[in-house]
Amino acid sequence: MKLTKTKEFKVFMEPISVANPVSVLVLGICSSLAVTTQLIPAFVMTFAMTAVLACSNVIISLMRNLIPKNIRIIVELTVISSLVILADQLLKAFMFDVSKMLSVFVGLIITNCIIMGRAEAFALGNGPWISFWDGIGNGLGYGWILVVVAFFRELLGSGTLFGFKVIPQAVYDFGYVDMGFMVLAPGAFIVIGLICWFQKTCIKGS
Amino acid sequence: MKFLLKLLQDQEKLFKKGGKLEKLYPLFEAQYTILFSQKTVSKTRVHIRDFLDTKRYMITVVLALLPCMLFAIYNSGYQAHAAANLSLEHVDIIKTGLQVYIPLLLVTFVVGGFWEVIFSVVRKHEINEGFLVTGMLFPLIMPAGIPLWMVAMGISFGVVIGKEVFGGTGRNFLNPALTGRAFLFFTYPAFMSGDGVWTHMVAAKDKLVDGFSGATPLAVAALSPTGESVSSDLASAGFSVSNMFWGFIPGSMGETSVFCVLIGAAILIITGIGSWRTMLACVVGAVSMSALFNAVASPDSVAMMSVTPIQHLVMGGFAFGAVFMATDPVSSPSQKLSKLIYGFLIGAVAIIIRAVNPAYPEGMMLSILLMNVFAPVIDHFVMNAKLKKRIPNVI
Repeated sequence: MKLTKTKEFKVFMEPISVANPVSVLVLGICSSLAVTTQLIPAFVMTFAMTAVLACSNVIISLMRNLIPKNIRIIVELTVISSLVILADQLLKAFMFDVSKMLSVFVGLIITNCIIMGRAEAFALGNGPWISFWDGIGNGLGYGWILVVVAFFRELLGSGTLFGFKVIPQAVYDFGYVDMGFMVLAPGAFIVIGLICWFQKTCIKGS
Repeated sequence: MKFLLKLLQDQEKLFKKGGKLEKLYPLFEAQYTILFSQKTVSKTRVHIRDFLDTKRYMITVVLALLPCMLFAIYNSGYQAHAAANLSLEHVDIIKTGLQVYIPLLLVTFVVGGFWEVIFSVVRKHEINEGFLVTGMLFPLIMPAGIPLWMVAMGISFGVVIGKEVFGGTGRNFLNPALTGRAFLFFTYPAFMSGDGVWTHMVAAKDKLVDGFSGATPLAVAALSPTGESVSSDLASAGFSVSNMFWGFIPGSMGETSVFCVLIGAAILIITGIGSWRTMLACVVGAVSMSALFNAVASPDSVAMMSVTPIQHLVMGGFAFGAVFMATDPVSSPSQKLSKLIYGFLIGAVAIIIRAVNPAYPEGMMLSILLMNVFAPVIDHFVMNAKLKKRIPNVI
């Protein structure tokens, strides 16, 4: 069977494109406003989010036949929060600077609607292997939006990429000024809105 | 006229379906309807035939804006010459004023028009006249010293995000010109507020002036130390009430002269284009709010609290906003009562922002945009209240 025809591939690709958690389902907006002022935290956030999402999906999927229906949310939350604490501690141990930049938002992955939503909607009804791919797909689907937004916000808002100045001094001398608006949260709203618009137009066209 | 009509009709088949320039039909349609009246009439029943179409409507607003526009040209020249100690001959002043104003206007129309054409070609609808007014208003609410590329950014944001993403003229819930200004205000704060931006710098031959700091009355009042009389501070800075009324003061280009705004208001009210209810309610809201602040102001409260209602009305962009921005037919509510509520809240919120928030000396732009957002809600409740009064249908 060709790779692109497998069920895993479909589950993986859909959240990246047509069922994107941020730009189509409009979930997880708060963290995408908060961590996208610069590219580095956006990348780290993507990584943390994808790891937590994939692990929580696998664990919950493994336990799906053991979880009593009426306390399933609590069980899901316990799994997710343990994973988030783990991610937070790892970041603090190995990437302290970025962890400080992300501040409370790593902890807030717990409340990110995408994780809860995938656990409820996918992992509870599917096997661990396919749930893993669903987690990876959703994490990356969330992540690429984050990275694109952070790219524009960092470039336009502070003239840097990954902390390096990319807009030459000559342009500033000529009269160019960084857009202060892009550093503020409303700037992310506008950029995400434009991405949604662009994507909707593309999906409609195809 | 015959010649023009023939010329246009000759061109028409180029733009019609199947013609070479079919895609650019909106452009053809726009120039046709500017010169001649609409050819197409509605074919189904129940339509009021009236010559007051969008085009006539918008042209009337442009006419009402003319006094402000002429004054903007004169005053920006006057401020520039006064700052650089150049001659105050009328001809020289007007020349400089034109040098400031015409590029702003051109950039606004070229860039904004570009977006309008792009959207009308892609969406296959005609070019809307709404942009004519937006394009006239936008330069008038810019400070004279703003770089032109920022003007281009502002009008692009105003037209695209403020209007076109919601479906174009008639569907924008925010005033496009003000949206553009708000964008610039938050994006490039150093170029949109402060003391140095209100005057265009003229490079004089014998002396070089690097910068000139000309505060607006609002800035003077906001910075006036607590416990002192604001009126005397304003007066010593040269901003007496009559001075602010006639408008030979620094400020956004078209907003300084309350006199010219009043001429425009008269035109709008007499022709029935602008709603007198909104304007009146704005004034009432501002007067009552500032009277309230005056009443509660103690000697150690911020100076802005004790600015009198009359001063509030002639300062900054209040008059211009109330007459030209708040009355925008698309973004303001449609019911008579809701117009009163809407106007009152605009006036009141503007004064609250001016007096209470020291970061924003001027509150008119933000309060109009805020109430634009609330306009549909106000309409909703007013309509519901009206419907409740009716005798229920007896089935």
